[in-house]
Amino acid sequence: MLAFVLTLVLLLLVVIVLAYAERKVAAFMQDRLGPTEAGPYGSLQPALDVLKLLQKEDIVPAAADKALFKLAPILIFAAVFAGFAVIPFTPATVPAGIGIGVFYLLAIISLDVIGLLMAGWGSNNKYAMLGAMRSVAQIVSYEIPAGLAILSVVMICQSLDFQEISYQQGALMNQFPGMEYDMNWLFGIRELGINTTTIGGITTWNIFRAPILLVAFVIYFIASLAESNRAPFDIPEAESELVAGFHVEYSGFRFAVLFLAEYSMMVLVSLVAVVLFLGSWNTPLPNIGPVSLAYWTSGTVGEVSGILWGAFWLISKTFVLLFVQLQLRWTYPRLRVDQLMHLCWKVLTPVALGVVLIAGIWRLLMI
Amino acid sequence: MLFYIFAILAILSGAFMVLTRNLLYAGFSLLVTLLSLAGIYVLLFADFIAVTQLMVYVGGVLVLILFGIMLSSRVHDKSVLSENVNTVWGPLVSGLLLVGLGYTILKAEIASLPWLLTADTDVLGPQKSTVQSIGIKLMTDVVVPFEVASLLLLIALIGAAYIATDKPKV
Repeated sequence: MLAFVLTLVLLLLVVIVLAYAERKVAAFMQDRLGPTEAGPYGSLQPALDVLKLLQKEDIVPAAADKALFKLAPILIFAAVFAGFAVIPFTPATVPAGIGIGVFYLLAIISLDVIGLLMAGWGSNNKYAMLGAMRSVAQIVSYEIPAGLAILSVVMICQSLDFQEISYQQGALMNQFPGMEYDMNWLFGIRELGINTTTIGGITTWNIFRAPILLVAFVIYFIASLAESNRAPFDIPEAESELVAGFHVEYSGFRFAVLFLAEYSMMVLVSLVAVVLFLGSWNTPLPNIGPVSLAYWTSGTVGEVSGILWGAFWLISKTFVLLFVQLQLRWTYPRLRVDQLMHLCWKVLTPVALGVVLIAGIWRLLMI
Repeated sequence: MLFYIFAILAILSGAFMVLTRNLLYAGFSLLVTLLSLAGIYVLLFADFIAVTQLMVYVGGVLVLILFGIMLSSRVHDKSVLSENVNTVWGPLVSGLLLVGLGYTILKAEIASLPWLLTADTDVLGPQKSTVQSIGIKLMTDVVVPFEVASLLLLIALIGAAYIATDKPKV
């Protein structure tokens, strides 16, 4: 119960910062100032936006399928929020440390799709319906390259547990029960003979442990943009064609929930990318001889220092990825449907299959 | 306690699915049924099966069903409702199934089943999930059915791709 409340509060804080960052980044990339009036540098703007949304009338269209229309936002947010249950936030805190966390996350995210269909159908509006159809088609197809990229990480790490994968990517590895005698080698290859177990830092991140995962990371990042309906993959919400996509009929609190779910999805996919590829809550600074930067910036597992350092590194890495997502939105034009499917099926999926094969061979070199 | 909640949910949503005339509502109540079945699987220490069930049925099959219903819901400007067909054979077959299952359950002497007697012991032991043992079993004891299933899926995939392609005019 405590984990539920803490995660929800943390998520709301991150989403509010993200909504503010979105407006500011967009403004600066277009040579504007963005919000400036409310609070210092307009920093109260997102909070006031939410307040305004909550005061709006809750409109349910007369011809809508009322039960489905009302249920859909709850289902969408519940599906995304359920994904946060398996994310390890620090070395000692994870809401639900189940052994098949990665697999669970992939499955629970697919519930989101049902909610989108429900919203699109329930609105009884052709724009909403088209938006939902496009969104679902996009999410279902991009799950394949994303899943394959994640699969290659799972093959390298030999685990489906997010916390175990996190521990493997840092100097604290031997403190995880069951991995007391495991060792990390430079680029994961034992033959090179350079032991990085106690060096930690960036040298034990997954993209460094098995450099092929760098390709997997790029594939996952592109696919995750599509899964969270972000530009350049935002044809489900193309304003010029569909007004706003599946949530065109929603207003007031229900719209706020859908908005929150969308931003939570962005945060979730970035968190998963950080945990699987970019060293999770581990520090990027390695131990260099007597200067043990990695230990200084990791704290002690289970104590306040460990929790603070872990949360700090995880959240700052996540914000870097989120910033890239925001920046991409104003850099690339929207893809057409055929370009979208071409990218997914003819580029990303074959490359991802190749990465899975190479990751398997790499794992053989790591033993 | 949890088991009864999931069981009641599964039965209610299953009944609703059968009784409702609206195909779309039937699809969404199937979602509730599948979710509560996944919950029951978790209570049975079958976490991998539970998640696989979500992945395959909710993420794949159910989305496909809903897509089908939505794309074909208004044939000739009339929304499609499910109708009563097979009024003789349907109840007969399901009644026979019920009798057969009931007979089996009554004959089984559940109280003396060996795995129930050891139910108090920790099933998983030091492992954190059932994935390792399932993986080892799949690669050793049941490798032939596993490979045959994968071959079947591959054939289905090729068949679907073949049906979907535009045939070039000869």
